[in-house]
Amino acid sequence: MPQTLFDKIWSRHVVAQEPEAPAVLYIDLHLIHEVTSPQAFTGLRARGLRVRRPGQTVATLDHSIPTFSPDLPILDDLAAKQIQVMEANCAEFGLRLYGLHSPNRGIVHVIGPELGLTQPGMTIVCGDSHTSTHGAFGALAFGIGTSEVEMVLATQCLLQRQPRTCAVQVDGQLGPGLSSKDIILALIAKIGVGGGTGHVFEYTGPAIRALTMEQRMTICNMSIEGGARAGLIAPDETTFEYLAGREFAPSGADWEAAVARWRQLPSDPGAAYDKTVTLDASALEPMITYGTNPGMGLPITGRVPDPDALGDANQKLALDKALKYMGLRPGQPLLGQPVDVVFIGSCTNSRLSDLRQAAALFKGRKVAPNVRVLVVPGSQVVKRQAEAEGLDKIFLEAGADWRYAGCSMCIAMNGDQLQPGQYAVSTSNRNFEGRQGKGGRTFLASPLTAAAAAVTGRITDVRTLLA
Amino acid sequence: MAQFTTLTARLAALPINDIDTDQIIPARFLKVTDKAGLGAALFADWRYHADGSPKTDFVLNQPAAQGAQILLAGDNFGCGSSREHAPWALTGYGFRAVVSTSFADIFRSNALKNGLLPVVVDAATHAELLDLAEEAPTAALTVDLAAQTLTLPGGHTVTFPIDGFSKTCLLKGVDELGYLLGFADQIAAYEAARP
Ligand code: SF4
Repeated sequence: MPQTLFDKIWSRHVVAQEPEAPAVLYIDLHLIHEVTSPQAFTGLRARGLRVRRPGQTVATLDHSIPTFSPDLPILDDLAAKQIQVMEANCAEFGLRLYGLHSPNRGIVHVIGPELGLTQPGMTIVCGDSHTSTHGAFGALAFGIGTSEVEMVLATQCLLQRQPRTCAVQVDGQLGPGLSSKDIILALIAKIGVGGGTGHVFEYTGPAIRALTMEQRMTICNMSIEGGARAGLIAPDETTFEYLAGREFAPSGADWEAAVARWRQLPSDPGAAYDKTVTLDASALEPMITYGTNPGMGLPITGRVPDPDALGDANQKLALDKALKYMGLRPGQPLLGQPVDVVFIGSCTNSRLSDLRQAAALFKGRKVAPNVRVLVVPGSQVVKRQAEAEGLDKIFLEAGADWRYAGCSMCIAMNGDQLQPGQYAVSTSNRNFEGRQGKGGRTFLASPLTAAAAAVTGRITDVRTLLA
Repeated sequence: MAQFTTLTARLAALPINDIDTDQIIPARFLKVTDKAGLGAALFADWRYHADGSPKTDFVLNQPAAQGAQILLAGDNFGCGSSREHAPWALTGYGFRAVVSTSFADIFRSNALKNGLLPVVVDAATHAELLDLAEEAPTAALTVDLAAQTLTLPGGHTVTFPIDGFSKTCLLKGVDELGYLLGFADQIAAYEAARP
């Protein structure tokens, strides 16, 4: 029977399955960070367990660390303790940690691929919902809770029920000024934040094939915002080219053997999915969100929807509440809406190509008066690459802040945050109430749209600046 | 893990769709290294003013909701992050069950591992429960996990789905890690057979 990419990875990782029970699924790579792991180590200690395969867990610090120089003291006592606990846990259990001063430290979903740890056909988990990012390589990658972090540490396995599959077919070709962020925001606006619940997405079609690995990661990253457990893209030459020569990628004869195996992974012709969704990339405009979940998005020239036009009472209530929080009126255009802050960063859009796109727009321009712009590279490697190209100078000359790697204002638990009532255009992935700081109001968009807002001080169609 | 058999308790209604984990517990409370005490941070930004005083119009601050152990939420409860701090905050506050028409996948999985029962009901039952919460806010409901039933004060009983494995774990208070450790030999054999 023809198999999908998902079926192939799943079936190769089932260790055991008892009747009625979920499958015992083997995990190839486990990534951990300081926020969702401490209680798992406490659990191991309480049971007197060791880590089964220390070589298959890799740790980094990203969520709660400040993005100022790592040489400065950490003022938040709780964050400082969380970091110390992480260092102590990794030392005690023999795990590799990309610590505060490591040249390879960064956001967990940026460094996995960058180091070549993320490879096609693998199962990858992390106590973090955006683990879906790694699916861009044709790996089955999904977020787990802390109890499950403990299970993986102890057994290298998880108990999982097989999810359903959903093909996301993206036809056509992106126009100028658009990027893969616009594809994923358009998809979530179409299906809603619960649209993918219980499913694993596989993104296919010419518009996906044409994307670079970094652009593919942006799409897979936000699969969870559509409710999907994971997002997959079949590996191809683009994938192999990206991986070749990376620190933990196979080399020599092993590389050839690995590529030969990876070529077998794509879904067989005629393989069946439980569901299919289609999207036409050629018809897209730059996308932006207006509400308080990533499904509340629209084309940038659109108008804020009217709750009274909605038939469903619950949806009307949700939209009313969102517009009240956002301080927006039904029917108003978003173009021209003034902004206070622009955040370029996060595991969605903080890689070198994202920063290059933003820098191209900043070049020769200045940040608008009264706008604060924060550019935060996803990893220390990205930071050095960007600096080698002079991107840091472009940002600084324009009047933006240039920081060290970390989650920063994506999650507002490390000192970088919005003030109540402030409007931000952000390249991150969540516009939930208070996500970027209590009372802060977020518009999610691509790096280009964010940069356009930075230099004009308002929501702007970036295509008008590219002419 | 905490056992769950039956529960008779009152309801607190928060009938909003897509309540995300950032609302259940905002990120600034995630800088802890243990699980205890998170109940105080449950729904913090909806529950308290900036100065820490309670917002009186929020359901959990109303007299009728005191002692409620069942939360009635809108569709797609628990979307967003994988933070297990969300069920820790809910159970820390005193909730034992959440009733909704649907749950986000990771939240559902995390809840089950913490003795917090996700009860899925259809839209009609959801509407009936909402009416109940308005008309008789202190009336008690009964959840019977073995029978997979939810019984309303008037005696109306509906069934809810749960997979057999999770049900057994909850009823017996068995934890999944214990079960998984039982597969040590198969895991070793799987590892030995890999290329
Ligand atoms: S950048 Fe944001 S979404 Fe990504 S891992 Fe960090 S906090 Fe999570």
